[in-house]
Amino acid sequence: MAPEAILKILQETFPDEVTEVMPEGVHPHAVVRPDRWHDIALFLRDDERLGFDWLRCISGVDHIEDKLLTAVYDLHATGKPDTPGAMWHVRNEIAIKVHVDRDNAHIPSVADVWPTADWHEREAYDLLGIIFDGHPDPRRILCCDDWVGHPLRKDYEFPLEYHGIPAVTEYGQTRPQH
Amino acid sequence: MSWLENRFEDNLIITSLDWAINWARRSSIWPLTFGIACCAIEMMATGASRFDIDRFGAGAYRPTPRQADLMIVAGTVTYKMASRIVRLYNQMPEPKWVMAMGACTIGGGPYFKHGYHVVKGVDLVVPVDVYVPGCPPRPEALLEGLMRLQDKIRRQTFARQPVEAATSA
Repeated sequence: MAPEAILKILQETFPDEVTEVMPEGVHPHAVVRPDRWHDIALFLRDDERLGFDWLRCISGVDHIEDKLLTAVYDLHATGKPDTPGAMWHVRNEIAIKVHVDRDNAHIPSVADVWPTADWHEREAYDLLGIIFDGHPDPRRILCCDDWVGHPLRKDYEFPLEYHGIPAVTEYGQTRPQH
Repeated sequence: MSWLENRFEDNLIITSLDWAINWARRSSIWPLTFGIACCAIEMMATGASRFDIDRFGAGAYRPTPRQADLMIVAGTVTYKMASRIVRLYNQMPEPKWVMAMGACTIGGGPYFKHGYHVVKGVDLVVPVDVYVPGCPPRPEALLEGLMRLQDKIRRQTFARQPVEAATSA
């Protein structure tokens, strides 16, 4: 199905929630409001025309100039082979973007819709500080549990030391003078 | 060797014993099976038949730190990993040596400026004997580092040291 048709179905079903659609370009996507994102995700997965049964990736983006954090969900609908022995194929492909306020970044978790989202949401929380409400295990996944801050935010400040190990920000002051 | 060290003056018996002990030690440096990142691939290549680290008696990679003499820190050390490295180092019995393999372990390497999670050199957490530069070092470089470590072991002695030398060293 073409991206235009997918976005049209989505807009007709959730007219108030879909704020922007971009059917052209290399990355066709729709921007949805975070409030009912979980319902939209269920619709995307369970609707027979769409059938997005696989979440490929969640990418977190820091739009510091707009004071926004964005979660980009890349969705994939698997097409079963029409005849025995034929190839599995991509039936539908679309991306969903969810913008949230940078200081109050709360997005409903879709880990119960697509299990892939479990670790990806933990990663987005760890590195960008997007809080996924309703996540079954909302811990950090990459950094240490006692890490301060979210490293991939563009205003992140490097730690000066970690558990007694000196760390640094700029050339010159990086290493202790032995 | 702790009960022997610093008890006897330098004499013929001690130096002969030194020679024998150092020969045994440098000919059987058993490394720890411990690769953190891509340098470990070169470490594996060094252990395989083409470069054959076993020629130097260092081919017996031990799966437990309690049997190992040498820790080759092969790869990027993150803050999360640093505490584990210190624990492994503390579990190794004396005498023990550490080799920093590759740019990341020497000084942070490509993660020096923007690596928020990278320790800027493993010598900030454990004492390092030999630095092997490269990104990653070729197996020949690792073998060269091993030979330099053997040179270092060859110079060791358990004779009593002059007080000034002992404090400055």
